[in-house]
Amino acid sequence: MDCKSIYVYGFGNPGRQDDGLGPMIIDKLESENIEGITTDSNYQLNIEDADNIAGYDFVVFVDASIDACEPFSFGRIEPSAEITFTTHSMSPESVIALCGDIHGMIPETYVLAIRGYEWEMFEGLSEKAISNFDAAYSFLLEKIEDMLTLKKVKIN
Amino acid sequence: MGRKITIEPVTRVEGHGKVTIQLDDAGNVAQSRLHIVEFRGFERFVQGRPYWEAPVLVQRLCGICPVSHHLAAAKAMDVIVGAGTGDGLTPTGEKMRRLMHYGQMFQSHALHFFHLASPDLLFGADGDPAIRNVIGVALEHKDLAVQGVMMRKFGQEIIRATAGKKIHGTGAIPGGINKNLSVAERDEFLKGADPLNVDKMIEWSKAAVDFFKDYHAKNKDYIDNFSVFPSSHLSIIRKDGAMDLYHGVLRCIDADGNKLLDDVDYQDYYKHIGEEVRSWSYMKFPYLRKIGMEKGWYTVGPLARLNTCDFIPTPLAQKECEIFKAYTNGKPNHMSMHMHWARLIELLHSAEVIKELLNDPDLQKDDLVVKGTKQKEGVGLLEAPRGTLFHHYRINDDDQIEMANLIVSTTNNNEPMNRGVNFVAKDVFTGKKEITEGMMNRVEMVIRAYDPCLSCATHALGQMPMEITLVDSNGEILDKARK
Repeated sequence: MDCKSIYVYGFGNPGRQDDGLGPMIIDKLESENIEGITTDSNYQLNIEDADNIAGYDFVVFVDASIDACEPFSFGRIEPSAEITFTTHSMSPESVIALCGDIHGMIPETYVLAIRGYEWEMFEGLSEKAISNFDAAYSFLLEKIEDMLTLKKVKIN
Repeated sequence: MGRKITIEPVTRVEGHGKVTIQLDDAGNVAQSRLHIVEFRGFERFVQGRPYWEAPVLVQRLCGICPVSHHLAAAKAMDVIVGAGTGDGLTPTGEKMRRLMHYGQMFQSHALHFFHLASPDLLFGADGDPAIRNVIGVALEHKDLAVQGVMMRKFGQEIIRATAGKKIHGTGAIPGGINKNLSVAERDEFLKGADPLNVDKMIEWSKAAVDFFKDYHAKNKDYIDNFSVFPSSHLSIIRKDGAMDLYHGVLRCIDADGNKLLDDVDYQDYYKHIGEEVRSWSYMKFPYLRKIGMEKGWYTVGPLARLNTCDFIPTPLAQKECEIFKAYTNGKPNHMSMHMHWARLIELLHSAEVIKELLNDPDLQKDDLVVKGTKQKEGVGLLEAPRGTLFHHYRINDDDQIEMANLIVSTTNNNEPMNRGVNFVAKDVFTGKKEITEGMMNRVEMVIRAYDPCLSCATHALGQMPMEITLVDSNGEILDKARK
């Protein structure tokens, strides 16, 4: 078995209901103590994440999505310089593009987009998001195992 | 036929903004307005919650500057727990909070310059929008991009060490702080391998100021005349007139530098500042009561702070402050693009303050919290990256919050941002028959100079495009574009 290094990064605001899906996935993943993976979370992606992901074989960004397929979508992303107007955050595609520019390498990167429904100023997921969370988490564990054993990552 | 041009970032969950430029039949700018849909309801949301939860609860408000809200709420709660009005904490408590705050200022200012401002300077307002961004900067000016990334990362690590974690930090609590800084954490910031150490951060901050000054020297007309209009300026300052981004008294100067407010205890802010509601905007317009609603508006943020302070209490930033002030012969500076210059001087100041604090042994002491006689009401103010941030709370006999009022930096800058947009709109849209991307970008540039927080914490994928709509005087859409 050739173990590869994996970086799993959840982003979102747990104080805004389903927007917390990403960080909550990370909280649960950290409790598993899986060897070979590094985890992190924050409110949103930003330029320093281009440095944080450098050197990993695989990167998985986990985020809530307002329009992803139910219960979640998973797919590989390619670098893109798409930058939004005056916002203070970056897309996963732009983070890996910046990583390529400053480090000359881009990890194999995937986005796990979990469908969310409620975004008000409360802690805790909506009922439907909890169901999606469970499905996405089980799927993520399988993919992490695939990555650790270098199996081909199956795209939904 | 008159035309209406709208630049509209499609809403995220709680906030969005759009620019409307109304042209008359002759093609002149008849009116321009910046509409920012501010999240409203937070004040009601915290009602009934225990007061000690406020410093954590308020971080739900914004994922961009949660540390500023965290600390402003904590300062208000200091008053409520009887720990004084900003000067009653233990040395460790106050200095840990200052380290957190200046770490926040440092990372935010670095992000703004390298991510949002430098692409416009390096590639020009008419530069190819495909590369006029931080990715393009990294391709053609790799050293600058690397510095931006690592400076932001350094500031984020300061926040993690002082707030405890990146999301929903708990470092500041009513009356103090819940952890000190370990020797290992301190040494990591002081002696970490290049570039992640404070000396390198100071060196790069100084280089960023020099970069701007060099650019300015070569582009004086452009930078000095881009958007210029007289304004009053407001901030907190230290009682002796020094710049202090964490605590102080209110000072406001008029466009000529005369003091409208000075040495004002911010616990009384509501006696001096009112908030006007206008029918066309969801965001309030703050004003000085003594001047009135029409003329009492003011600017906050880096430019205002450089204008209101008498000096900066760190040596390298003070030298730059002297150069900055000499450029306008000691009079208030009203040039919108000089906000970038002021912001970079504050970046340098923040790096110097971080180094001073890291070398202070008080950060390793264990006296963290102060309590006194409980009060019913408290106000917390600080200078957030974008400007003065007000938090005001009142509690009931059951220790529950019964009233909250927040005035965020972007709200304070509502009127000056509108004036800035109007200045640029008249300059670039008047008499033009075609609208270019560069013209649109100039409007965005003046808004960006204020670094407004148009969209806050919630950011789910797929919600962040910008939409541009062209509408004629009859309300018909002539054109629509997204980017």
